[in-house]
Amino acid sequence: MKGSLIILSFFATGVLLGIYRFFPQEILNYNISFYVLCMLMFSVGISIGNDPSSFQQFRTLNPRLIFLPLMTILGTWLGVLAVSFFLKNRTLSECLAVGSGFGYYSLSSILITQCKGVELGTIALLSNIMREVMTLLFAPWMVRYFGKLAPICAGGATTMDTTFPIIVRTSGKDYAIVSIYHGFIMDFTVPFFVTFFCSL
Amino acid sequence: MFIVIACMIAGIVVGYLLRQRRLRYIHRFILILIWLLLLLLGLEVGANETVIRQFGTLGLEAFMLAFAGTMGSVIFAGLLWLVVRNKSVSK
Repeated sequence: MKGSLIILSFFATGVLLGIYRFFPQEILNYNISFYVLCMLMFSVGISIGNDPSSFQQFRTLNPRLIFLPLMTILGTWLGVLAVSFFLKNRTLSECLAVGSGFGYYSLSSILITQCKGVELGTIALLSNIMREVMTLLFAPWMVRYFGKLAPICAGGATTMDTTFPIIVRTSGKDYAIVSIYHGFIMDFTVPFFVTFFCSL
Repeated sequence: MFIVIACMIAGIVVGYLLRQRRLRYIHRFILILIWLLLLLLGLEVGANETVIRQFGTLGLEAFMLAFAGTMGSVIFAGLLWLVVRNKSVSK
């Protein structure tokens, strides 16, 4: 929660500086963010490849729960599909690109800004932050009505970092490995699905 | 955009080759890059008058997408839960 507040405050600071033109205008012309994005993706890759323990832990997983990330993906897409009929000025692929952030707001908003512009990028940022906040707030309710896997699917790509503590608290310690496995797989899918739906 | 994914895959290879060394600072570095990128995204949003004028609408659209996506995955989690319930989760 604290982490997302810090990130949000960086965004808000940027917005204020932008409104009052309190920055050298050339920054936006040189597309600096694209190069920083490439550096970010390279570093994210390093952090995945450098952590072999994350692969080994998964051997103790109940084989049926291998499909949990698939449930998250399908459920999100169907939900987004349903609501896209009400969003008249967004195409289905734009909606799916935003939904495929799965709560990974930093990466998805940056990727979407790069290929679809700042308007959809802002939606992606807000929407995916909201998804994380909803998971943090309503995890106990989700467990009560939809079972112990519900907050894991709701958390999307965040279940191995920001929403991990709340999942362990509401679903129980038995679900810690499932949560990490799920977050790991989802983290990995975000750049692929987001760029895929942006390119449609 | 595929350059971005290529960067990630290159990173995975490099990270795997360096797996003997624990690169602990990489997470700190990632966080700083994310801060920088969101500051830049904020600048772009703030400097774009159309986006600023529509901020309320964009927020509502964002909320609808977030709510639908979360509910959809919660329902699907419930379906899988019906299958795996009563069976131990980790051996």
